[in-house]
Amino acid sequence: MLSIRNLHAGIEEKKILKGLNLEINAGEVHAIMGPNGSGKSTLASVLAGREHYEVSEGSVEFLGKNLLELSPEARAGEGLFLAFQYPIEIAGLTTTNFIKTAVNEIRKYRGEQPLDAVQFLKMMKEKMALMNIDQSLLSRSLNEGFSGGEKKRNEIFQMAMLQPKLAILDETDSGLDIDAIRIVANGVNKLRNKDNAVLLVTHYQRLLDYIVPDFVHVLYNGQIVKSGPKELALELEERGYDFIKNEVNAAQEA
Amino acid sequence: MNTIENIKERFQELQSANGNKLKSLEQNAFDAFNKMGIPTARHEEWKYTRIGNVFNKELHFKPTSTITPQELDQMRLPGHENANEIVFVNGIFSTSLSNVRSKELTVKSLKEASAGEFSEIVSKNLGNSNRYSKDGIHALNSAFAHEGVFIHISNGKIAEHPVYIYHITDARETNVLAQPRNLVYVSERAEIEFAETHFTLGVSESFTNEVLEIVVEKDANVSYYKIQNDKEQSSQVCTTHFRQVGKSYIHAVTISLNGGMVRNNLNITLEAEHAEAHLYGLYFLQGNSHVDNHTVVDHVKANCLSNELYKGIVSDNATAVFNGKIFVQPHAQKTNAYQSNKNILLSEGASVNTKPQLEIFADDVKCSHGCTVGQLDEEGLFYLRSRGISEDTARSLLVHAFAIDILEHVKPAILRSYVDKLIFERLEFETS
Repeated sequence: MLSIRNLHAGIEEKKILKGLNLEINAGEVHAIMGPNGSGKSTLASVLAGREHYEVSEGSVEFLGKNLLELSPEARAGEGLFLAFQYPIEIAGLTTTNFIKTAVNEIRKYRGEQPLDAVQFLKMMKEKMALMNIDQSLLSRSLNEGFSGGEKKRNEIFQMAMLQPKLAILDETDSGLDIDAIRIVANGVNKLRNKDNAVLLVTHYQRLLDYIVPDFVHVLYNGQIVKSGPKELALELEERGYDFIKNEVNAAQEA
Repeated sequence: MNTIENIKERFQELQSANGNKLKSLEQNAFDAFNKMGIPTARHEEWKYTRIGNVFNKELHFKPTSTITPQELDQMRLPGHENANEIVFVNGIFSTSLSNVRSKELTVKSLKEASAGEFSEIVSKNLGNSNRYSKDGIHALNSAFAHEGVFIHISNGKIAEHPVYIYHITDARETNVLAQPRNLVYVSERAEIEFAETHFTLGVSESFTNEVLEIVVEKDANVSYYKIQNDKEQSSQVCTTHFRQVGKSYIHAVTISLNGGMVRNNLNITLEAEHAEAHLYGLYFLQGNSHVDNHTVVDHVKANCLSNELYKGIVSDNATAVFNGKIFVQPHAQKTNAYQSNKNILLSEGASVNTKPQLEIFADDVKCSHGCTVGQLDEEGLFYLRSRGISEDTARSLLVHAFAIDILEHVKPAILRSYVDKLIFERLEFETS
């Protein structure tokens, strides 16, 4: 589904990703972990098409298309979704209006008819129940005055509405207490199926207790330096990132 | 002949008429006009609005233009079926096109009103705006005051029908100078809603120099909506002057979308304790429009509240000016006065000059002001686009979100949907 080869990218003059490789297939959950500054959020930003990030080398293929050539909205149309680490507050735009526009713009991109008000409401009710979200929250301005938990729940609610093929969750657990993590993780788990994939970007292991990954990758200094099964995350939690750093540095010296 | 000569000729013509009680007021104003002339950029209040430019072409008084009811129909605001409609054509009140439905409403020429039962109200209030608008443009309007209209809203009655005021400029034949003048008296306990708008027929240049003075008595409640969406060759200076002489409530919303050079002077004087005034404005400009909002809120008495929020969206080569003055006079203790002006520039060529001005002479008051000029939030734009929303739609959604807290203050549903429609057209939203 997603194939990242030798990706070099950075912001302005600063190189952050330095030859990253990653393959994700349908039905899989991948976790990317790494210390601060290793390039986790840069990867998420580059994949979603955030401005000011420049790719100097390498390729990213998503469902057979060159992802890097697509606008952010086309990427969403193709089935990519980024759950933001810091969801943006937009005063004056209700979540309902926002999500309705998004759903129908994506349908338009795919050559489908827009949903009418009845179909849209039905779909929204279903997904609200899934995410345990209240109508009153959706009638409010997008993320404005939402608690940290509400913002992240709203992200996953959007994911449920847009039904992406690949969802990238950027530090979705940051700033959440255990109860909130559980609600968010539950939502993600209910949305998982054999046709879609999830890429979790996280600093801590604790989210992986609730969304169990098939693969764990360690990102350090702009590269994936170690990959393994879910147990790798536990090892990182226990030993910290230093042992990875030491391993990498030792290998470089040798 | 040039415009100034046309003005002089017209003034002499009108002054020779008999029975004009406002003659000396007009003569004084005309002298003041001759003395001060058209304000230039050296005039502090006209620094950014070069109103002299509208006099570069020869403008004519066209008091006898005829507009047919069919022509008027295309220009009427929605909800007119239930409204009192007061129509000015080229600045002159048109009895035949106007329609007064409410018995609480009396409409007379100022010439007539200044001589009859309302003479005291007229002499006490006509020209009160001179205190704040000290320039030749304002004096020029006053020099022709007797041609204006007096509107009386009677005691304790609730006018269930809104009052729509239309200023129609017939510029089909020639360049037009129009000078509508209104004095409105809102009696105790009256509740009234005004909507005011301008339309130009034809493609010649025009300049409307309007003065509307509204006196608001105790326990009255006045809503006032001004919608400016005229042609680019139509310029305006509109002075709206509210005097709250009793404890009363004012809600004023000014929406400016199109026009040539537009200057709005909105004055509110809170002259009785516990009076309350709310002022909202939205200017959403494109092309070469220039819209200048000068507001004055004068807290004369203690324990009053004023709240002002103006927002601007400026694109293309349009320019906007906001100048908000708040005075708190020495005895106006316990004043609450708030002011905010926020702007978004959508293009390189767009510009805004914004200036809050607070002059506080009392010590026990709560006042705040602030202004911002920025661009559309890039992060917000990316957030929307990452959800599949095209860049153009995302921009429109963000601009609309910015404007909405002004639009929400257009309370009558029928006017709100009219304004929404104009905004959606501007944003190129598909209305679904």
